[in-house]
Amino acid sequence: MAATYDHDDHHHSNAPSTLSSTDYDPNFVPDSVKTFVVLLYRHIREKNVYEIHQMYETTFHTISDRKFKDTPWPSVDAIAPSVDNDHVFCLLYREMWFRHLYARMQPTLKQRIDSWDNYCSLFQVVLHGVVNMQLPNQWLWDMVDEFVYQFQSFCQYRAKMKSKTEQEIALLRQFDQAWSVYGVLNYLQALVDKSMIIDILEREKEGLEQFTADDGYDYNGGSNVLRVLGYFSMVGLLRVHCLLGDYHTGLKCMRPIDISQHGVYTTVIGSHITTIYHYGFANLMLRRYVVAIREFNKILLYIYKTKQYHQKSPQYEQILKKNEQMYALLAICLSLCPQTKLVEETVNSQLREKYGEKMSRMQRYDDEAFALYDELFSYACPKFITPSPPNYDEPLVNYNQDAYRLQLKLFLYEVKQQQLLYGVRTFLKVYSTISLGKLSTYMEVDEATLRTILMTYKHKTHTVDADGKIISNADIDFYIDDDMVHIIESKTPKRYGDYFMRQIAKLEGVMNDMDRIKLE
Amino acid sequence: MGIEIQKQPQPQQTTAHTVEQLVAVNPYNPDILPDLENYVNEQVMSGSYSLDANLCLLRLYQFEPERMSTPIIARILIKALMAMPASDFGLCLFLIPERVQMEEQFKTLIVLSHYLETARFRQFWEEASKSRHILEAVPGFEQAVQSYAVHILSLTCQRVPRTVLAEAINVEGLALDKFLEQQSIERGWIVEKSGGKGQIIILSRNEFNHPELKKNAADSIQLQHITRILPILG
Repeated sequence: MAATYDHDDHHHSNAPSTLSSTDYDPNFVPDSVKTFVVLLYRHIREKNVYEIHQMYETTFHTISDRKFKDTPWPSVDAIAPSVDNDHVFCLLYREMWFRHLYARMQPTLKQRIDSWDNYCSLFQVVLHGVVNMQLPNQWLWDMVDEFVYQFQSFCQYRAKMKSKTEQEIALLRQFDQAWSVYGVLNYLQALVDKSMIIDILEREKEGLEQFTADDGYDYNGGSNVLRVLGYFSMVGLLRVHCLLGDYHTGLKCMRPIDISQHGVYTTVIGSHITTIYHYGFANLMLRRYVVAIREFNKILLYIYKTKQYHQKSPQYEQILKKNEQMYALLAICLSLCPQTKLVEETVNSQLREKYGEKMSRMQRYDDEAFALYDELFSYACPKFITPSPPNYDEPLVNYNQDAYRLQLKLFLYEVKQQQLLYGVRTFLKVYSTISLGKLSTYMEVDEATLRTILMTYKHKTHTVDADGKIISNADIDFYIDDDMVHIIESKTPKRYGDYFMRQIAKLEGVMNDMDRIKLE
Repeated sequence: MGIEIQKQPQPQQTTAHTVEQLVAVNPYNPDILPDLENYVNEQVMSGSYSLDANLCLLRLYQFEPERMSTPIIARILIKALMAMPASDFGLCLFLIPERVQMEEQFKTLIVLSHYLETARFRQFWEEASKSRHILEAVPGFEQAVQSYAVHILSLTCQRVPRTVLAEAINVEGLALDKFLEQQSIERGWIVEKSGGKGQIIILSRNEFNHPELKKNAADSIQLQHITRILPILG
């Protein structure tokens, strides 16, 4: 089993340290913290999204780096008096408090359970519609993202049964509802339903609603919180279903969002990457390689071009990590479905640099190639989870790798089924017609076997989409007429339509710019 | 669209309808587990099929393994095999714990799926005849695999020797004559005599065995995308 899988999937790379600092006093509130919460509270009341965003993205991290490198922030009770004991603000503060703790320290079981309770209270408030705040998309995304992350982290933690103390097991039994998979999925689903986001996106298509154009914000005095949380919850559901190995359902949850278009999910880099990573991965597992290649190509190009703007972002390391993982997934897709034409030049040269040598070995289909598929998959796959609690009455075993092993095994099984396709590909590339007899001699198999290989090729390169329509992923087109194979050279037509559309928009932009210039 | 996948019909009974609705309205509800199990049996009896409902049930099993019923899983998997060329079988396996997959009946089904995935029909029919006891529980299994075999052949071949077809669908002699007659009516197949080699069957034309029929859809633009530049053009 590849050891690379056991990577720490944490948002930050800081080595987790246990609470060693004895001088941490949860009740001590430094001035900088007091100023921070008072200002943040005011900006939230005044719906000043810009200032909220600044404080949330910058100030919070600056103070964390300076004062709370390896200790938690002051407890919520200590800051509550400074913010009128505002219930919702305290829930938000605790959400950040736990997020900071998870990122920099090792949460205890008690803290994991408390964090779950806090999410429940927070989502209850939002779901009952008593919130009238306007929060930055980045923050709302982080909430959903962190919620799913902590769920995943909890499942991993619980599955390592061998190292649990009796006390921990007693707590796990007592709070068996904390981070239950039903609870997690139902909260995400409730946010989707209650926000009516699917309806909003549908009405937007007919021009009856503005959502995407306003980046999800409400400029009519309302709140964006529920609907944007609902929107991001669809991505959350995609991710949870991927973690469970339910790729079909995951993609179904995402269907209301048109992935080919700019959308609110592209306004936050973390959400953009998470969406495409899981969307691409699910399509890869469903053998829809062309779809996966297209989306990976687009996002990798986007990251390549915009990377420099995120260098100071707290998400920078996570961006780089997902970037590398998606190159590995792209390498897998292209090895199984060699459609290099779909990949843009910059992405292609990066890919060659990182995986060129491995990719050429992966096409050999021997044990070594097999090991490389294993290695790349293990490095790049999501951190799969077993959602069910263990049977506490049976001997305690670790089962944290079970889900991953199953997905890996089934993936490698698929690779093996496609094993003979590479051989036939090389021949089909160089002939325009060839008899089955001749081809079978070259491939050193009998004619009946050759027929099965050619049919397998057709089957594996033609997938059924959600509507039952057959879509071709084939890099080479051929057909058999009686006992002759006819190969058609495939030419990808240039997509002029898209090109012209983009140029029209660009020209309009240039003309607008020129109109704005006033000559002295 | 050249080839129509013959889908197992969607259920029509009113009770069935409510199960579909249950799944749509509340997919993460442990209380609907018995309904979903009954629904699997109903699919088996009526010849209908719902992947979404069955995945929903497998998901509930995944959440609460102690409620898992292996006979139900076997039925789901056989129905999924019948849905080939769709990858439903694989989708179900992703959700079934490895230790369960180790059971003899599931190992057999996995081998059968492997033969279908790699178009080894001769081996498939051999293996299937040994596993009658598992497969007979689901009516229509053979016909479903036959239509999958015809699908693959139609993707690959313009003309195919009678013997190759016979092996793929596991039908010979008079029964095959009858099958061919029916296909010539339904799909326009033509049986050709060729000197010495026996019959050759011309399969119906589609964009996969006649690539020249492929529509050049690559350069069409969706109306939705055009709406973006309308304000500019206006």
